[in-house]
Amino acid sequence: MVGHRLVSALRDRDAEGAWQVTVLGEENRRAYDRVALSSYVDGTSEEQLRLPDDDLRADPLVALHLGDAVTTIDRDARTVRTASGASFGYDALVLATGSTPFVPPVPGRDLPGCFVYRTLDDLDAITEAARAAVGRTAPGRRSAVVVGGGLLGLEAARAMRLLGLSPQVVEIAPRLMPVQVDDGGGALLRSLVEEQGLKVRTGVSVDGIRADADRLVARLSDGVELDADLVVFSAGIRAADTLARKNGLAVGERGGVLVDDRCRTADSHVWAIGECAALQGRTYGLVAPGYAMAEVVADRLLGGDARMTPEELDMSTRLKLLGVDVASFGDAHAAAEGALEIVVDDPVAGTYAKLVVSAPGGAGGAGTGADAPTLLGGVLVGDATRYGSLRPLVGSALPADPVTLISSGGAEPDAGALPDSAQICSCNAVTKGALCAAIDDGAHDVASLKACTRAGTTCGSCVPVLAKILTQQGVEVSTALCEHFAYSRAELFEIVAGAGITSFSSLVASHGTGLGCDVCKPVVASILATLGSIDGRGGHILDGEQAALQDTNDHFLANMQRNGTYSVVPRIAGGEVTPEGLIVIGEVARDFGLYTKITGGQRIDMFGARVEQLPAIWRRLVDAGFESGHAYGKSLRTVKSCVGTTWCRFGVQDAVGMAVELELRYRGLRSPHKIKSGVSGCARECAEARSKDFGVIATEDGWNLYVGGNGGFTPRHAELLVSGVDSATLIRTIDRFLMFYVRTAERLQRTAPWIEAMEGGLDHLHAVIVEDSLGIGADLDAAMAAHVDSYADEWRGVLDDPEKLSRFVSFVNAPDTPDPTISFVTERGQNIPASTPEPVLIGLPEVHR
Amino acid sequence: MTTTRPLENALTPGSRRAGVADDAALEPRRSPESRPAARVGTEVSGWLHVCPLQRLQPGRGVAALVGDTQVAIFRMEDDVLYAVGNVDPYTGAAVISRGIVGDRGGVPTVASPVHKQAFRLDDGRCLDDPAVSLGVYRTRVCGADLQIGLR
Ligand SMILES: Cc1cc2nc3c(=O)[nH]c(=O)nc-3n(C[C@H](O)[C@H](O)[C@H](O)COP(=O)(O)OP(=O)(O)OC[C@H]3O[C@@H](n4cnc5c(N)ncnc54)[C@H](O)[C@@H]3O)c2cc1C
Ligand code: SF4
Repeated sequence: MVGHRLVSALRDRDAEGAWQVTVLGEENRRAYDRVALSSYVDGTSEEQLRLPDDDLRADPLVALHLGDAVTTIDRDARTVRTASGASFGYDALVLATGSTPFVPPVPGRDLPGCFVYRTLDDLDAITEAARAAVGRTAPGRRSAVVVGGGLLGLEAARAMRLLGLSPQVVEIAPRLMPVQVDDGGGALLRSLVEEQGLKVRTGVSVDGIRADADRLVARLSDGVELDADLVVFSAGIRAADTLARKNGLAVGERGGVLVDDRCRTADSHVWAIGECAALQGRTYGLVAPGYAMAEVVADRLLGGDARMTPEELDMSTRLKLLGVDVASFGDAHAAAEGALEIVVDDPVAGTYAKLVVSAPGGAGGAGTGADAPTLLGGVLVGDATRYGSLRPLVGSALPADPVTLISSGGAEPDAGALPDSAQICSCNAVTKGALCAAIDDGAHDVASLKACTRAGTTCGSCVPVLAKILTQQGVEVSTALCEHFAYSRAELFEIVAGAGITSFSSLVASHGTGLGCDVCKPVVASILATLGSIDGRGGHILDGEQAALQDTNDHFLANMQRNGTYSVVPRIAGGEVTPEGLIVIGEVARDFGLYTKITGGQRIDMFGARVEQLPAIWRRLVDAGFESGHAYGKSLRTVKSCVGTTWCRFGVQDAVGMAVELELRYRGLRSPHKIKSGVSGCARECAEARSKDFGVIATEDGWNLYVGGNGGFTPRHAELLVSGVDSATLIRTIDRFLMFYVRTAERLQRTAPWIEAMEGGLDHLHAVIVEDSLGIGADLDAAMAAHVDSYADEWRGVLDDPEKLSRFVSFVNAPDTPDPTISFVTERGQNIPASTPEPVLIGLPEVHR
Repeated sequence: MTTTRPLENALTPGSRRAGVADDAALEPRRSPESRPAARVGTEVSGWLHVCPLQRLQPGRGVAALVGDTQVAIFRMEDDVLYAVGNVDPYTGAAVISRGIVGDRGGVPTVASPVHKQAFRLDDGRCLDDPAVSLGVYRTRVCGADLQIGLR
């Protein structure tokens, strides 16, 4: 990573092309984001892990030589030789070899099934071994031992769990993350981690590993033996300094290539940066100090005089991904003389926060007197949302009483109050001053700020602060829907509802400009449909002028596929369908030659219908009792369910019954984006309800409601909104949740980002919906009741109306002629689109002069 | 440069202008300056009846089959008519007629329903990629009939 940064910084500044760079890498891959390594297990691809500036490889002055480790350096001849025997000369040699995982010298550590956690190759090997274990070992016995309970160990443990093994973390220190977290935070961290299904043993070490048939047994220092399919060592790292040692370059006392504050070794042609470097004797295991070193060397190579200032290096860390929020920054252990600790420990809420501050100028205690205490560091466990705004304050006077800064609901430090020197992005050492300069130069949104300063491109924890700085610098992040409306969707909703507007043309005349477009028209169509259904006007989405606003999917009440045909999805509420229903679907699909597939939402999708076939297909489906499944709409899709008490031995509530009731209640509700739901009959969660916008899980004494989950590009688990409620309360809560969402979310904003963007987040949502803090509860209830009453099947509405039916033709002048561009081939016994000849790029029309 | 084609297939893809309804009642809101000038060489050799104008919903398109060629014909909210090729150049799907019409900075457009690229309705060019475009055709309204120009 650091080597990549050097090349990118050098190529950025070396305008004359003075340096020709050759990158020699042992890994057979281009540079990738190791900090985000663990997301690879979640399905992030190698391509998505590429670092910014990956296009350097196209630069003629940069040559990559990968999959070949450097084995020797000849400092006199100034050449290096690689394992494959290739040799390269140099004027400057920069070592950026990183670290190697430290594996304690215990017997058995080389057995098959033992791994380290550092590279993509390691993760590929671990994934493969975990798959084999899942195939081999009975459920309930699949397990992995993770040696080391630091930041890395916890990431590794989470990866094990994702791969289907239950992880046991063995940490020699008395608490988890001993480097970052203090005892108080460690205790809470442990209980949070255990809630996530990880087992933790602290104060013990692994003494040896032995094979037992096709599994492993790890013996601990207290005599306990743990069975495991895999053992992952993440017990620390050692600077990769072998090259220096072999070639007579000095190394630090605790390893690492010894360099001065220019990052240069005693040999004036050899430099070292990143984790392999011992800067004035000390190594750094984080990426930010490495990036700083890369910048210094780039500057030096170009004749500059940049220096490292180790006392300014930021060692802040935040645990990513585990679902447990932990962060530590600055002087977390109050090592500075006279430092005071202020702790807010709330075991009920599951949060622990500590700030370390300096005792102000001798007189008075912390927080008293004129000069406010200076923030030195802190630890946040359970809720680290303040990390982004507190960390940059390190070294500055606290803007408010420290206790309120770390109490929930207390003052949030204001990004505006930060001095220009405050480092906002610690990974890339970007100060507030640099960000403000970029904003002045025209970077007016988060994406362009990221692109031109690199802030937020590594661990991402400062991104919320970037947005705040933008606002605070007076940049209005435009919420305008499109060029025709200066309003956001939520604002338009209020306008349309408040002014009683019933058509796009009157809305655009009174509040917009122009003819509209494919962005605003469907949004307004959706708002009109929602309002129509809740103010009792009812009406069909294809009535009158409204029809012209609909996206093609809504316009034909079917989902357009890549060859211009449509797919047809009848509603199968809760995934429950009779054999007769299945037979009708089968017959329709067979008679119209449709490809059938079971969807993830527990229903059946029929593909390949031509537009002129849709009415005949639906005539048969409606006659058999089916109705539109709204697969085409931004509206409720499905409520997936497990069989619950109906059949399952474990079920504690009627999951199918509830799912059917919910699906029928919310069907047809037009919303800012699609809405998915699920109901599980017990905590085993077979319906995957927590990956849904609203998910219901049965408990012994009622239902738990989770909100804000989704799959897709950025998967999110839904979070608990209410627990143990009866059916009526559950339904009322969902009514309000959905209505509030429909009213206030932005275009194409799913529930998760909607909640995230809400000031106060889930707590605020809870206040509005459960405690009725805004006093709109009765309104929301009435709106949903009206929606439920006014529901009518959209397909039946079309079949009953000759005018609407007349639009379902292939050609206006040849209504029964099938579109000649559509053709099918057979694959696995079904029709699929014949691959289109390479998309035809039609040139400009000829101009005849 | 002109090429001749058999009549039933011979639309006027050379025209850089869309048809404006001939019926005065149908075009009162369009200012004369904004009309692209008819170009030399785009003379229409004949007009093919497509359908009654009635069949076109304001703000929406229909597909018409003219010989082997598929044409997407749009009737704007202000009753101006445009006709462009119906095949989406990006995917080969014949679906342009099902796109949403509107404007970008005052230029009339249709958005491909497949991946939402916007095409100018007056000259067929793709606003997101000037190298790509749709053919454009002439239309007229004759009595109550919508007609398309053949060349
Ligand atoms: C799972 C995980 C999570 C992490 N999370 C964070 C975090 O949240 N925050 C943070 O700041 N840091 C984190 N880190 C640490 C961060 O990844 C490192 O600090 C950073 O990668 C160091 O960069 P580097 O260039 O020094 O080393 P590396 O990225 O390791 O690059 C060194 C490269 O040199 C190659 N190499 C070694 N020897 C030779 C040789 N002889 N010849 C040729 N090539 C050689 C190696 O194969 C490697 O590709 C994490 C690390 C891991 C593994
Ligand atoms: S979630 Fe519970 S009730 Fe539902 S199928 Fe799974 S085990 Fe049975």
